[in-house]
Amino acid sequence: MTRSFREIIIKNIFAFFAFLSVLLLGLIVIFLFREGIPLFQQISVFKFIFGSAWYPTYDPPEYGIWPLIVGSLVVTLFACLIAVPLGVLSAIYISEIAPASVKEILKSVIELLAGLPSVVLGFFGMVIVAPWLQETFDLPTGLNIINASVMLAIMAIPTISSISEDALYAVPREFKEASYALGATKFETIIKIIMPAALSGISTAVILGMARAIGETMVVLMVAGGAAAIPESIFDSVRPMPASIAAEMGEAPFGSGHYHALFATGIVLFFVTLAFNLIADYISNKFKEVGSGTL
Amino acid sequence: MKWRYFKQTIFFTVVRLSALVITLSLAGILVYIFFHGFQAITWDFLTLPPTDSMTRGGIMPAIVGTLYLTLGAISVALPLGVISAIYLSEYAKQGTFIRVIRVGVNCLAGVPSVVFGLFGLGFFVVFLKFGSSILAGSLTLGILILPTIIGASEEALKAVPQTFREASLALGVSKWQTIYRIVLPAAMPGVLTGAILGVGRAAGETAPIMFTAAAFFTAILPKSIFDEVMALPYHIYVLATAGTHIEQTRPLQYGTVLVLVALVLGIDLIAIIIRSAMRRKKRW
Repeated sequence: MTRSFREIIIKNIFAFFAFLSVLLLGLIVIFLFREGIPLFQQISVFKFIFGSAWYPTYDPPEYGIWPLIVGSLVVTLFACLIAVPLGVLSAIYISEIAPASVKEILKSVIELLAGLPSVVLGFFGMVIVAPWLQETFDLPTGLNIINASVMLAIMAIPTISSISEDALYAVPREFKEASYALGATKFETIIKIIMPAALSGISTAVILGMARAIGETMVVLMVAGGAAAIPESIFDSVRPMPASIAAEMGEAPFGSGHYHALFATGIVLFFVTLAFNLIADYISNKFKEVGSGTL
Repeated sequence: MKWRYFKQTIFFTVVRLSALVITLSLAGILVYIFFHGFQAITWDFLTLPPTDSMTRGGIMPAIVGTLYLTLGAISVALPLGVISAIYLSEYAKQGTFIRVIRVGVNCLAGVPSVVFGLFGLGFFVVFLKFGSSILAGSLTLGILILPTIIGASEEALKAVPQTFREASLALGVSKWQTIYRIVLPAAMPGVLTGAILGVGRAAGETAPIMFTAAAFFTAILPKSIFDEVMALPYHIYVLATAGTHIEQTRPLQYGTVLVLVALVLGIDLIAIIIRSAMRRKKRW
């Protein structure tokens, strides 16, 4: 076997394995559909998504996931209200303001926070935050939207912070120097020069943070309360999509309508997060060139 | 003029506060878990199986189960991830093929963990008939951490100076030999850091193993890769949410949480330390 022939074979084998990620993504789609599609012989897609009653174990069962979708959106939205400011501001601190020693420590803190298993945060929310909320606000339960949002925010902060920091770090030095040379303060430089230049990266960070929050399972399973109803206040319980899947899959008889309905919910969840990821990917590619020449 | 600097002072204070809030959240959670979990940790707790319908005894089967699952996951993800990274960093040229792979890896990284669980159930457990087992759980976790491994390995390979490759190629060494003998050894510490982070991630995940591997309770240790296992994260979930003794088993719950956190963050910390040591004494 000639050397160049061997090289070509190696290259192609490697290409195949690299392509495996794409194949796996395809397999995920195929198997979600394989187990989810049979549901739509029973009810229409429209009734599934916009149906307002989720009673999968009743007779006859009702498989409307609208309350689940609303639950997911609400906790994600509130989580972002907390996580976006904290994540972006901490990124600004790390990238632009902190002295070198503090910077190293903070980066480790963010990384450790990212490593905290979600079941641990769920446990913390159940055991500490829930009783405190219940007592302080005199509620029937502390397992509700606000608790889940705070815990989800803690999960999303590391994603938002580290990607934003990369974006801020990538802003060319000359931009800052030019701004200082014109007499701008550090604050003015950060707000008017650095932030706009890093905006696409920061947007990517926020979108990926949201995707993280909407797909997170254990936190919403343990602290969102589990009520499959449209919430009326932030102290109400909700049952986001991942929580419903994780909680019910163990009890749903294999091959039943309920089993297929949970896979169908997985399809919705998958495509929502996929959309978020594709948007993030598009933004970060479209505005990749933040060099001196492009502004 | 004063106003401009006043605004700056306010902004800097807010920015510092946000960093402080994040640090205190982490510290608060860790300190709380440590002080509550600390009393539960005894030799028996770590080495005995649960007894009396999981209201007493230890968590040994869960520790062993988590070790098996994470080892399984990393032995799936590490070879695949490193090979993918080598292709992306050393062979691939810009083009549609590479673009598709990159988007695929990014999207795979964004798939919710519970969806991996569903996939594992539909594909490994049901379709390939592995049943709920170490094998099914490890494969599911392996796919979950694959993007992490690819990302870290690619970064490590990219950090190897171009001159290394050029010097080797100039000596008439083939491309594959250059990669195998020169580039890969130089990138190894970075690759290992990524692998360690992947292990930490896999050890802490709950949703992907709920329907693919995790058992509520097993009295004996698994005998083959087709057995179900207990796992630390799932054990926490079970103790904290199911059954009639939730309040009674609080100390056990805190103890299990502490063991899991110590395991996962310990692993992460090792990776962080290796990486910063690497940065400090970089040989090139």
